[in-house]
Amino acid sequence: MTAPPKISIRGLRKSFGSKLVLDGIDLDVERGESLVIIGGSGSGKSVTLKCVLGLIRPDAGSIRIDGTEVVGMRGDARDEMLRKFGMLFQGAALFDSLKVWENVAFGLIEGRHMPRAKAREVALQKLAQVGLGVEVGELSPAELSGGMQKRVALARAIAAEPEIIFFDEPTTGLDPIMADVINDLIVQCVKRLGATALSITHDMASARKIADRIAMLYKGRLIWVGPVKDIDHSQNAHVDQFINGRAEGPIQMEVLRP
Amino acid sequence: MNFLALIGRVILDGLETAGRMGMFAGNGVRHAVLPPFYFRLIGRQMLAIGYFSLPVVGLTALFTGMVLALQIYIGSARFNAESAVATIVVIGITRELGPVLGGLMVAGRVSAAIAAEIGTMRVTEQIDALVTLSTNPFKYLVAPRLWAATITLPLLVLVADTIGVMGGYLIGTQKLGFNAGSYLKNTLDFLETADVVSGLVKAAVFGFIIALMGCYHGFHSKGGAQGVGRATTDAVVSASILILIANYIVTELFFAK
Ligand SMILES: Nc1ncnc2c1ncn2[C@@H]1O[C@H](COP(=O)(O)OP(=O)(O)OP(=O)(O)O)[C@@H](O)[C@H]1O
Ligand SMILES: [Mg+2]
Repeated sequence: MTAPPKISIRGLRKSFGSKLVLDGIDLDVERGESLVIIGGSGSGKSVTLKCVLGLIRPDAGSIRIDGTEVVGMRGDARDEMLRKFGMLFQGAALFDSLKVWENVAFGLIEGRHMPRAKAREVALQKLAQVGLGVEVGELSPAELSGGMQKRVALARAIAAEPEIIFFDEPTTGLDPIMADVINDLIVQCVKRLGATALSITHDMASARKIADRIAMLYKGRLIWVGPVKDIDHSQNAHVDQFINGRAEGPIQMEVLRP
Repeated sequence: MNFLALIGRVILDGLETAGRMGMFAGNGVRHAVLPPFYFRLIGRQMLAIGYFSLPVVGLTALFTGMVLALQIYIGSARFNAESAVATIVVIGITRELGPVLGGLMVAGRVSAAIAAEIGTMRVTEQIDALVTLSTNPFKYLVAPRLWAATITLPLLVLVADTIGVMGGYLIGTQKLGFNAGSYLKNTLDFLETADVVSGLVKAAVFGFIIALMGCYHGFHSKGGAQGVGRATTDAVVSASILILIANYIVTELFFAK
């Protein structure tokens, strides 16, 4: 018997009021695979990740992690399931009442009951991996630039070496060189630690570097899923327009043209 | 517009909110009494709620005691004012004015602060981040605040009682010319344990309400700065109203024969 996919999503639907955001998503992510979701702003990429984590309750559909249904899961079972995850939030979501290193060490101290001194060492090492020195660890998140906050959030997401990591726009707001450092770090997490990664990005260079497969979300559905090498000849006009960043094409932005 | 339908709508909404608050409270209490306990967080909250509320509560109590003494003197000058002032001040302060005014003042300060902090954490996804780091927000955010406020308010009220009585003493001896020794004697002679204890029980209940309303409205805030602002106002208003209602209920339980 083959192992079930790490993440298996079937028929996922979600509306906010009368606004339909997800209209039946089907997606499998295999163990140790890195999948990148691309798609227009507001197309429901972040909502998809939050549904998997149970932060948003889907209207319909099934989500299985290692073969176990997680929709509607609660209590200890849910806590146990969430232990497998690390999440980088699009807006960083750092705890502003804690120092930077305490943010990174949070999951180790609270979730895994590691002694503070040891957790601090791990945290400083993770901060170094995202290019932040010891002195940054003592600052509070409000004292950091947006890109630095993003990197701290990334360090926090990977600190506990989770089995499954979600990156919501990991390179947005970073300079091109730092963006590539972060891409390498994500690849390393997947290749070396054997983590399963589900990422969201608008940055095609990043997507090409970190993805094994790419999925494109458009109007609440996944209109194309395939290996990263096929993205340039997908035969799909929507995908072509998106990855080449053209204003002209089947995807019409609802903007007032002068 | 159908008037009856409107009334029905309002009542149903009220019941729904009450139900949700009840469930939230139940959840909070469950996490507050089950281990693990975050003693460090409880300590930090006690400092924020208790220590920094001392000036506000102290001033409130001082002037309440003073004005009480003055009013009772004026009102009871025809009888035996000297013993009436001391007795009524101490009973009024310990039973009602200490806990209620103290509670209302702390509600304004602390419910608002809690709602603003937790509300900001909600809209900036910090609460979601807590969940993904295997930490239950009820355990980490709600339980320590419930504990801290429930423990701290009685202590604050004890201070308020003392200062309030001192305020009355000050006016009695300095302005109204009472004898200091007999004022204190009258104060202690007529004071019963139940007066103080009922006040402290009230204070504990009010502390619970204050923290609960701050947490509840903070947790359910949405929509950025404006939403957090609304949560703050709602927290103070609902905490104040619930304090007044709870005050009646506790009084009834203690003193109704
Ligand atoms: N909590 C919420 N309440 C109401 N509507 C929401 C909520 N969260 C998201 N939405 C709506 O769902 C849609 C998808 O949001 P989502 O955050 O998933 O977009 P996205 O694909 O991540 O976009 P971006 O690339 O800009 O981050 C948006 O139109 C948004 O208005
Ligand atoms: Mg998003």
